[in-house]
Amino acid sequence: MSAEMEAGADMNRVRLALARSEFAVDVDLDLPARGITVLFGASGSGKTTVLRCVAGLERASEGFVRIGGEVWQDDANGVFLPTWRRSLGYVFQESSLFEHLDARRNLEYGLRRARMPGGREALEEAIELLGIRALLARRPAQLSGGERQRVAIARALATRPRLLLLDEPLASLDLPRRREIMPWLERLRDQLAVPMLYVTHSVDELSRLADQVVVLEQGRTLAVGPVGEVLAQGDLPVLAGEDAAAVIEGVVGERDAHWHLARVRLDGEDGIFVRDGGQAVGARVRMRVLARDVSLALEEPQRSSIQNRLHGIVEAVMEDVHPSQALVRIRCGGQALISRLTCKSVEELRIRPGLPVWALVKSAAVIA
Amino acid sequence: MAVLDDGAWQAIRLTLELASLTTVLLLIIATPLAWWLSQTRSKWRAPIGALVTLPLVLPPTVLGFYLLVLMGPQGPLGQLTLALGWGTLSFTFTGLLIGSIVFSLPFAVQPIQHAFEAIGPRPLEAAATLRASPLDAFFTVALPLARPGLLTASILSFAHTVGEFGVVLMIGGNIPGQTRVVSTQIYGHVEAMEYAQAHWLAGGMVAFSFVILLSLSLLRRSGGGFMR
Repeated sequence: MSAEMEAGADMNRVRLALARSEFAVDVDLDLPARGITVLFGASGSGKTTVLRCVAGLERASEGFVRIGGEVWQDDANGVFLPTWRRSLGYVFQESSLFEHLDARRNLEYGLRRARMPGGREALEEAIELLGIRALLARRPAQLSGGERQRVAIARALATRPRLLLLDEPLASLDLPRRREIMPWLERLRDQLAVPMLYVTHSVDELSRLADQVVVLEQGRTLAVGPVGEVLAQGDLPVLAGEDAAAVIEGVVGERDAHWHLARVRLDGEDGIFVRDGGQAVGARVRMRVLARDVSLALEEPQRSSIQNRLHGIVEAVMEDVHPSQALVRIRCGGQALISRLTCKSVEELRIRPGLPVWALVKSAAVIA
Repeated sequence: MAVLDDGAWQAIRLTLELASLTTVLLLIIATPLAWWLSQTRSKWRAPIGALVTLPLVLPPTVLGFYLLVLMGPQGPLGQLTLALGWGTLSFTFTGLLIGSIVFSLPFAVQPIQHAFEAIGPRPLEAAATLRASPLDAFFTVALPLARPGLLTASILSFAHTVGEFGVVLMIGGNIPGQTRVVSTQIYGHVEAMEYAQAHWLAGGMVAFSFVILLSLSLLRRSGGGFMR
């Protein structure tokens, strides 16, 4: 994986600078060869502008964009490919289907023009992946919001793009529709060998979908890294006000039918029990652990109702929103948890970076 | 006596010919013009837009007067046509056609321009991300989506040409079979106190115009729908 990511970093490079009245964008990103990179930030942070510049729909004043080894824009050498010459797929925030064509002819619009070898197969695969075969004869006006977005994603994939750009594809949908479409996006992430750049301001989407995260604030990169690391930083202003939480990944080790629990193994020998959601043994799952559900102990507790305990090392102690509380980042194997404690506890237990602790996880929710 | 005499039928045929040709040529001229007006950020947009709208507010006699001067033997257009050996265009069907096109230009440009503007940038951006060149996107996305506007423009241009009088009189005169259309025919009948003939033609024009306006409003109500 790391070798692949390094190769991708060499292939996919986005460097942009431009000035708008509200903000100035200045970013420099490496995209892995596959997986979802989420551009995360509040509205007005410039994330959609970055996406539009990568697509060539807007023009950065200083830009260098290389995707899949192909240079799309290089202002230093006067290179600028118009959008229609860039091998990309773009999913807009609201439905962008052509109202005068039915779903099938929408799907074939890009397919015919891109004329990629294997395009027909890619389209069939996308129709399957997104479960839209029954919708093909319908007009956009006859589709629900969620169905329209699924058709729009399939339409983008049918051109076999080198890069898939998604601009808040769920923002125009209500919660049930969002829940309906999220699993399809997860399938894309896990099964397609196409890098995806995904813009959102939703922590929920970020937690579930991101592999890599780029946090933007007023056009500048505030943090970059794997989703687990960025969320566990705990001190990002864009996340203030949200429930502080970490995202960890593991593999379902065993399922306990009697107690309706599943044991998820993290990288090491450690494991935690979660509610059995029906995931197969061996499946990779992602869990969200709220900071308020994590307590710390200096010795391994013997008789406690909290059975999920992970051994780790304190990495950082940070201020929380309220002066009475602190956020503590704990490194457990390769992953990070955060715990919300009172400052009083931090003082009395002398919690400081480098201290070995037991993290007691009261509950973890499987999110994907 | 027949309800409509031969002269009337000739005038009707000529009117329909003029209106059809004007509509076809106007669609060809107005569509790219409307597209440019809807897309450009050029400083010329406002002046060109005003120029296109001018025939809407000018008295037809003013328009007709300038066209007559332009097409006459001393005018630049007249000199050109004379040099090409075509004679002058004033008092010919071709001259009338040119006059009608100028006169009805705003009726064709405005509905099409509004239709293009209503589409917004999104469908065209989507087309570009699906590898459609700008010209390709224009023909496969913008034009089909602007269909209601194109339909409105055709009907309005046709009806407006049928109803013109001032420009016709100024540059076409009143030559039977050449430039005598229904409106000038009616004028002739009234001048000659032939009220019965004038009634039939005038009544026909009222009915025709009513049907046109009715079909326009029905068209709008159905949204010019995409359901075929």
